[in-house]
Amino acid sequence: MTTTPNALRSGIRIVVAKPGLDGHDRGAKVIARALRDAGFEVVYTGLHQSPEQIVRTAIQEDADIIGLSVLSGAHLHLFEQVLGLLKEHSATDIGLFGGGIIPPQDIETLRNMGVARIFTPGTSTRDVITWVDEFVAARD
Amino acid sequence: MTPGPTVKELAGRALTGDERALGRLISRVESEPSTMSEIAPLLATRARQAQIIGFTGSAGVGKSTVIAGLIRRFREQRCRVAVVAVDPSSPFTGGALLGDRIRMQAHVLDPDVFIRSMSARGHLGGLASRTPDVVDLLARCGFDVVLIETVGIGQSEVEIAAYADTVVIICTADSGDAVQAAKAGVLEIGDVFVVNKADRPGSAEVAADLREMLMLGDRAGTFDANVLEVSAQSQTGMEELVTEIARHERWLSTDGELERRRLRRAETRLRACIADVAVAAVMGYDTGEALRRAALALASGTRDVLELARELLGASLSNEPPPKPERSTTI
Repeated sequence: MTTTPNALRSGIRIVVAKPGLDGHDRGAKVIARALRDAGFEVVYTGLHQSPEQIVRTAIQEDADIIGLSVLSGAHLHLFEQVLGLLKEHSATDIGLFGGGIIPPQDIETLRNMGVARIFTPGTSTRDVITWVDEFVAARD
Repeated sequence: MTPGPTVKELAGRALTGDERALGRLISRVESEPSTMSEIAPLLATRARQAQIIGFTGSAGVGKSTVIAGLIRRFREQRCRVAVVAVDPSSPFTGGALLGDRIRMQAHVLDPDVFIRSMSARGHLGGLASRTPDVVDLLARCGFDVVLIETVGIGQSEVEIAAYADTVVIICTADSGDAVQAAKAGVLEIGDVFVVNKADRPGSAEVAADLREMLMLGDRAGTFDANVLEVSAQSQTGMEELVTEIARHERWLSTDGELERRRLRRAETRLRACIADVAVAAVMGYDTGEALRRAALALASGTRDVLELARELLGASLSNEPPPKPERSTTI
């Protein structure tokens, strides 16, 4: 853990959301806390968010990135809806990543839809942090 | 990559209701203090009519839930509501977990409600250093009410009093705040006092204690504050809270009180801004070398801190070239 704030992460805002009916938020909270400990500003939405709620939150909060945690199996549908709404709001520059229970065969489908990165179970929080750094660096 | 919109472009769009532009503009206000001056001409065309209500109290007393309940009632009155919720930042990593809006998410699809979370970004005192600017911006973007939720750690929450028209102080029977409030002088800055989670045992006693302290305290000539017992979660006492806030608002417009508060707010913002400008000037002077040399001198005990501070401030503001370094001091 660093003892001085990382200037490159300062002001980078990430919305971590739990869409749909899935009620298990431990994973999302672990990611949210890890991102906070890495120096990011994390807006955690809580459970049972609809794609509309998530996208509106990201717009009001001027999020750089949205992370969705989906364990319910509805990932294809949920990601598609979120991506559609981002497009509707001309907000496709907001990076989208996901984690949870997502079968490997769906990862490519999601990437092709426009999801920037999917983290499978067992991913270390360090990997997520590294990816966020890379995403931000590539964008700026 | 094409350059992003300028702050003037964002402001133009935000003032016509473009929410994405408003969100992005707020980020620029947070990160670039000069943003407000740049867009001042555009904002000047908009009167600042919003009622600004601040909510303070220790972590866990239910500020967010109370605010969520009030949003509902303000919306019933057809008011456009903006919320700024401030959470603490880590002093080590600079990061922040902004979770206040969880309790307010019932309103996230309401087109007339705008919720923004802010990290304190190292600022102490209950708000972020840019919160007053963000509140000012929202007040000019057509919102009727701006609700500010402070960080809520500890009792040093006096900052909110300088920036809000009405300050609501929230405690619970468990939070042990009633006595702490008296010690910390918080009783003097509050306009409305709420004992939340009033279904918990001891709540009536805490409310009675607070009423007594308010009566005994020196509040001559100031607003005659009430203590309300509320349960935001079960929506009890919320109507009374709305009524009480409205009563304070009416009182403000008597006898020039609102003008007095706004003047005090302006003075506080000026002082804060002067402090920011002075610190930035000193930190940047001689690319930080002058500060470093002064710190060495102070640490070695050879110089007095006030003298050093005055020298640094004088030198950095006078635009004189920095003096040549003396024989270096090593610790």
